[in-house]
Amino acid sequence: MSTAATTEVEHHADVHEEEDNSLWSWLTTVDHKRIGKLYMFSALIFFAMGGLEALFIRVQLMYPEQSEFISAQTYNEMFTMHATTMVFLAIMPLSAAFFNFLIPLQIGARDVAFPRMNALSYWLFLFGGIFLNVPIFLKLLGVVGVTPDGGWFGYANMTLSKYSPGMSIDFWILGLAILGNSSMMAGFNFITTILNLRAPGMTLFRMPIFTWMSLVVQFLIVMSFPMVTVGLLLMLFDRSFGTNFYFPPNGGDPLLWQHLFWLFGHPEVYILILPAMGIVSEVLPVFARKPLFGAPFVIFSGIMIGFVGFGVWSHHMFTTGLGPVADAAFSTTTMLIAVPTAVKIFNWIATMWGGKISFTLPNVYAITFVFLFTIGGLSGVMHASPPVDLQQQDSYFIVAHFHYVLVGGALMGLFSGITFYWPKMYGRKLPDGLGWIAWALFFAGINVTFFPMHFLGAMGMIRRSWQYPAGVGLEGYNLMATVGAFLIATGFAFFFVNLIRGLLGAGEKVGDDPWDAATLEWSMASPPPHYNFRKLPVVHSDRPLWDEKHEGGSPVSQAVIGKDAPAHVEMPPPSYWPLLLALFQGGFFAAFLIGGGGGKFDASAFGTQVMVQLVMGLGMLFTMFAWIREDARPR
Amino acid sequence: MSSHAVPAGAGHDETFDEHHWRSLGVDHMKLAFWTFLGSDCFFFGSLIGTYMYYRGQSLVGPYPRDVFDVNITSISTFLLLMSSFTMVLAVLGAKTGKRGMTLVNLALTAAMGSAFVAFQMYEFAHFYHAGLTLQGNLFGSTFYILTGFHGTHVAIGVLWLLLSMFWYGKGWIRGDEGNAIEVAGLYWHFVDIVWIVIFTVVYLMEFVA
Ligand code: HEM
Ligand SMILES: [Cu+2]
Repeated sequence: MSTAATTEVEHHADVHEEEDNSLWSWLTTVDHKRIGKLYMFSALIFFAMGGLEALFIRVQLMYPEQSEFISAQTYNEMFTMHATTMVFLAIMPLSAAFFNFLIPLQIGARDVAFPRMNALSYWLFLFGGIFLNVPIFLKLLGVVGVTPDGGWFGYANMTLSKYSPGMSIDFWILGLAILGNSSMMAGFNFITTILNLRAPGMTLFRMPIFTWMSLVVQFLIVMSFPMVTVGLLLMLFDRSFGTNFYFPPNGGDPLLWQHLFWLFGHPEVYILILPAMGIVSEVLPVFARKPLFGAPFVIFSGIMIGFVGFGVWSHHMFTTGLGPVADAAFSTTTMLIAVPTAVKIFNWIATMWGGKISFTLPNVYAITFVFLFTIGGLSGVMHASPPVDLQQQDSYFIVAHFHYVLVGGALMGLFSGITFYWPKMYGRKLPDGLGWIAWALFFAGINVTFFPMHFLGAMGMIRRSWQYPAGVGLEGYNLMATVGAFLIATGFAFFFVNLIRGLLGAGEKVGDDPWDAATLEWSMASPPPHYNFRKLPVVHSDRPLWDEKHEGGSPVSQAVIGKDAPAHVEMPPPSYWPLLLALFQGGFFAAFLIGGGGGKFDASAFGTQVMVQLVMGLGMLFTMFAWIREDARPR
Repeated sequence: MSSHAVPAGAGHDETFDEHHWRSLGVDHMKLAFWTFLGSDCFFFGSLIGTYMYYRGQSLVGPYPRDVFDVNITSISTFLLLMSSFTMVLAVLGAKTGKRGMTLVNLALTAAMGSAFVAFQMYEFAHFYHAGLTLQGNLFGSTFYILTGFHGTHVAIGVLWLLLSMFWYGKGWIRGDEGNAIEVAGLYWHFVDIVWIVIFTVVYLMEFVA
């Protein structure tokens, strides 16, 4: 079939008509594209929950001295769950959606290196996310008194049992442990995939920038998550078994937690931003009709950010009194890390410079990213200076900083990715009208919400405060921020409705390569057949598809006819073991609540816990056995 | 748009063996496992760092020198080191297709690993009776957590070795058997090396000054 000419745009339109869409097929899928979609929609739903929590915060802060729209306790729970949700359940999995969907397509592979482990990562993420949110529902039902309320950074010793009795923090600790587990497994998988499954000729420096940034992120994940895992373990032991790691009366030092947390926490912020930077580096060149300006610089600065990112953590701890030497050192590294960040910004601008820019929705999201991220980067460099940071720490200035980089940056980049890759995922463009309204609401909302926070912070408004005084000039900006938050929420509602319409079949049908792009993911049908490539391509440059179309380069595009894989292709069959293993693994973690939950050791329940964990452990063992056997089946 | 035709012979020729194509030339499992080991370095690094952070900070005893018996721990350390040697032989056997050699050496390795775990349990019990508890002081907290997690790694390793023996004995391993045993070996050597660091930092350093 390799000689078929694909002349019609709609050529592949009905290739997938008979695709199996039963629930069972989704529960047992090991297809990286399906797992990517699962990640995407789960993340968007969690995003909506985190957004709702943010609205509670903003309504409470709408007016000064407002007594109780929500109680102080609920307020603490809201900002804790808001941040935890946005970081671990919205932005990270939204990035993971693109790792999954794109990496194999971009490097010319049929799937990831370990397809079933990939499914396992997704299920663990889903269970971890649900588990984290269980206390909210328990509280609504009146079963428990509080939900996690220690902030996303969970500072000890506030989170130890003395000050946080009850189960809420235990849910938070174990939930994060499960999520970390999922991310690390995905990390091993993607590192192997990227290094080992590149199509012939795809040297490292011919890899698309998104894949590059993803590779850096995977290394950051597998190196940084173990550190916070240890931090969480020590906290769990302090709470449940009365150890002394963070407990001052017995010599423990709460700062140890801060070190372990921020050793992870700073790499984590790059885990959040680099995938979006990768996406933007794909989108901008396509719509400027130029190659990415200085691509090697973008790659090397990404690597540099990854490296230096491990040496800046104490800029989150300037106010803890580490001493002038440490402050000076961490201030230097923090200013240093702004350099590769700025390099990237200049590269993106230079890419657009002199290009024939078409202002499509994905491109405008990408430009929004560059613009808003720059603002956030600038405030970041400001608090790289310890004396300045002493003023800004824990004020709304910091809140403004990280929302510009996270919402204006990461989120806008990811939304650029959703609108850009939607046609590849579903074979149709997203309907434009609602899409533009959503973008306009986002753009206005983000600035109206977060820009005033710079002023609030400069005027001394403290972060995480439940109320603030009237008559000192804070009213106007706070009201503004609340209005902005509702703009963002409305924007998201439009955005989400638009996606649902797209799922239901709205939007213009498109061919394989609707944006006239340059890289391999656009070389096969939209949506791609489950085996991706009829023939693995041979790559001769970093823009193989562009070269084929415009430069007379050797062909890489794929003629796909019919639903079945070509005879020589073997795809992994669906499997229910990942789902089962995730259940047992999740159960094993959750069982810690039985004996140790509630911040005290319960000897009688501990026996039950050990029994449950033994059962779960045996379940895991059995599942792994079956898993390997399934692999060993004669084919 | 996709108005470009795909000429015959696009891409590589039919003899290209895509199932064995590895752009880095390494086995998937091995590569993934190396990244896992790198990651685990950060796990133990954090635990060892915690131990160092609190070394000598305990407010009350027992202190390390009150409980340590380096002679006993040296024996178990020696056993673990020797088990790395038999592990190498097991991998060699699997690579050269000497099934008997592989099985015997896997069994020896697992036995020495179990002995190490047994020594550790004895040590824990002994320390506990000497008054060193998880809660009593910082030394107790950091010591039990660090060596406990290492011991757990060894125990998991023993389980893995036993399963490998079973699997290998049945001839169930698909693909390259030598490779499968080698990956187990990587883990085993890693756990061994971590112990050498722990033994040095936790035990030997108490007796240098
Ligand atoms: C130019 C690069 C950047 C620099 C120099 C920088 C610097 C800093 C500094 C010094 C702080 C600590 C402020 C304080 O608490 O007093 C901070 C906080 C923060 N930054 Fe950045 N940052 C940069 C980029 C980013 C990016 C890309 C992200 C995420 C996508 C990010 C997310 C955060 C978050 C979440 C916090 C607050 C953490 C917390 O206290 O809860 N930053 N940044
Ligand atoms: Cu930071």
